Amino acid sequence: MSDILLGIQGLTKAYPGVVANDDVSFDIQKGEIHALLGENGAGKSTLVKMIYGLVAPDKGAMTLDGQSFSPSKPSEARQNGVAMVFQHFSLFDALNVAENVALGMENPPPMRDLARRIREVSELYGLPLDPSRTVGTLSAGERQRVEIIRCLLQNPRLLIMDEPTSVLTPQEVEILFETLMQLKSEGTSILYISHKLEEIRAICDHATILRLGKKVGESTPSEASAKELAELMVGNSFAAPVARDVEKGAVLLEAKSLSLPAPGAFGTPLREVSFAVRAGEVLGIGGVAGNGQDELLAALSGERTSDGGTVLLKGNDISSDGPVARRDMGLLSAPEERLGHAAAPDMSLTENGVLTASRRESLVKNGLIDWRKAQGFTEAVIERFDVRTPGPDTAARALSGGNLQKYVVGREIHQNPEVLIVNQPTWGVDAAAAAAIRQALLDLAAKGAAIVVISQDLDELMEISDRFAALNEGRLSPAHPVADLNMEKIGLMMGGAHDMEVAHVHG
Amino acid sequence: MDLGSINPVLLVASIMVSATPILLAAIGEMVVEKAGVLNLGVEGMMITGAVVGFAVAVTSGNPYFGFLAAAAASAVLSLSFGVLTQFLLSNQVATGLGLTLVGLGLSSLIGKPYEGMKAPPISKVHIPGLSDMPVFGKMLFSHDVMIYVSLLLVVAVWAFLKYTRAGLILRAVGESHDSAHALGYKVVTVRLMAIFFGGACAGLGGAYLSLVRVPQWTEGMTAGAGWIALAIVVFASWRAGRVLIGAYLFGGVTVLQLNLQAAGANVPVALLSASPYLITIIVLVFISARGAHGAPGSLGRSFHASH
Repeated sequence: MSDILLGIQGLTKAYPGVVANDDVSFDIQKGEIHALLGENGAGKSTLVKMIYGLVAPDKGAMTLDGQSFSPSKPSEARQNGVAMVFQHFSLFDALNVAENVALGMENPPPMRDLARRIREVSELYGLPLDPSRTVGTLSAGERQRVEIIRCLLQNPRLLIMDEPTSVLTPQEVEILFETLMQLKSEGTSILYISHKLEEIRAICDHATILRLGKKVGESTPSEASAKELAELMVGNSFAAPVARDVEKGAVLLEAKSLSLPAPGAFGTPLREVSFAVRAGEVLGIGGVAGNGQDELLAALSGERTSDGGTVLLKGNDISSDGPVARRDMGLLSAPEERLGHAAAPDMSLTENGVLTASRRESLVKNGLIDWRKAQGFTEAVIERFDVRTPGPDTAARALSGGNLQKYVVGREIHQNPEVLIVNQPTWGVDAAAAAAIRQALLDLAAKGAAIVVISQDLDELMEISDRFAALNEGRLSPAHPVADLNMEKIGLMMGGAHDMEVAHVHG
Repeated sequence: MDLGSINPVLLVASIMVSATPILLAAIGEMVVEKAGVLNLGVEGMMITGAVVGFAVAVTSGNPYFGFLAAAAASAVLSLSFGVLTQFLLSNQVATGLGLTLVGLGLSSLIGKPYEGMKAPPISKVHIPGLSDMPVFGKMLFSHDVMIYVSLLLVVAVWAFLKYTRAGLILRAVGESHDSAHALGYKVVTVRLMAIFFGGACAGLGGAYLSLVRVPQWTEGMTAGAGWIALAIVVFASWRAGRVLIGAYLFGGVTVLQLNLQAAGANVPVALLSASPYLITIIVLVFISARGAHGAPGSLGRSFHASH
């Protein structure tokens, strides 16, 4: 009897025009944490979907514990002990925690028993959670707990985790890792997908690396450096942003006791947010998702106006100006949500370019759009930020998430703003492209722009920010120079510490 | 004017009769919308139910056959909406409006030979004890069986959505079809079943109009009842109890204003005629303004499993 839990032999899946997985084979041992590494579009999601029964492979076979395994639907995979925590949580905002958990189970017990079991398991694994809370009111970290507990209640043999730490505070990451280690010690195998190489080095026993749908390598992460892993994944070495030493100029953007009520039932109010950014400076704003990031961006970009005297651009009060007026004055922004907020999904890249750049790039003449110029602008952005697309006429929806992200952030950077506000600029973007976006932000700062980067990726913020502040329940901490900080201080600034406890099973 | 001419017992009894068609259609549409589908064809399905129910009842002499046939006909008609929107991914608003137009046209075609005929009478239920009570017996417990069916249906829908697993899945599909799909639920199947149920309910509501309330067939006899049912679902924040309140409020004001007109109230007739619409909407706006609106997250959005 071997110790292989899941064996994958020659899995192949082609979609029209692209081979998502080409003859991929690897084994997951019992009780190991196995990493699956790869860039955007490397075929990780497709592979995982085949294991979870969402997609049927064209070729190849899988074995689970020696038995042939070919789930035709997720419930079959779940019955066989395969559980999955999705990257984009498959949760229902309007339903409560217990109902969400019940939906992910084959034969859920009656609600009252289920609520009790949720409490038990959540305490056992150090993931506190109230079964009767509405999911829409939970933070991203708490939402992930719902997903994890939904899986744990079914005693999985294999737990698949897709980018689990992208939305967590350092303390929450630590708790998650304790939970994963505990599961591993109980004999559960974990397939761990992540971009974050340091994490993979910290907890994974084995790694399989995918590139363009093919398996390109295997590695023992604890023995390889993050750089080696990244090179295997990307195929060529990429440049980390160059540190710079820029003279800081005058204050360009200032917020003074900026308060705004919550925009909706699931929003966060802004409470007395104050900060100032100088020319040439990058201010990093961290915090767990749902603590006012979107609301802060809206208040700074002009989507929501605020009381007089709360938002100042170069000393002028712009609190009551809308986004167009602010853009004219040199303040640009790129919101987090790519489809629907930063870009109109069904419109072409050129049309999307016109939507934000028409005035600064004078793409409109006498009320008519100068399409040739608009196309030129779009092509310049595509070229400069290496957006992979058939052309400027492609619909925004048709681009992969990472490529669209490069486009929506690049579109603003290319307009040479004096002040730029970005939310999650590299979310879902692979390592090489993320490095390029960060470098472009730094270059822009070097030219004398003031930049506010709102992000949940702390490594990113540490890398590019001059000063760092954290949002917690709509309040912004004072900004500190990044050089004075360590992960622990940051965690405390993010304020996630109060409901944290380390896993305490078995004593 | 002479308010003494209004008999409170008859008033309440006729309010229940007046509210039932809208209640049936609205509770069905609520289930459809809870599953994330916006079917604007309620009016068309109601009038189809009205004509088919009437025709079958007259032909067979049995009003209950009429109700069954009405439910079946409207449910089948609603499936055309289901196939178009769920498989062919057509726009739900346009398709729903089309369904209404089809229903109105089809019903006048089918109904032509039946104009001027009289529906076979439907017997009243006699509940021993309750029906013999003074005042209340006649007011509440001496109706035809469909009124009680409609009330039981409201309770059943409420319990189904709140307590059963199938109801939870239906709400989940309406809340986020992508998440439901990721968990392996059959989004399209659930929605088709909801659409079918909504069609059957609208058909029953229509048949109640032509077999009990009026009771005869005239072209275009629903006169906007389907649209009122749609509005009630929205303003009732997709809750069964509030749908009941809304439907009875509308039915109540309709009957009351007729009584006031008959009693010679010193109010312009046009204002009285408009009052059911005004009052229902004002009251429900106030109700819905107070709490969370609770529109299903995926309402009206087409689902395709490609993502």
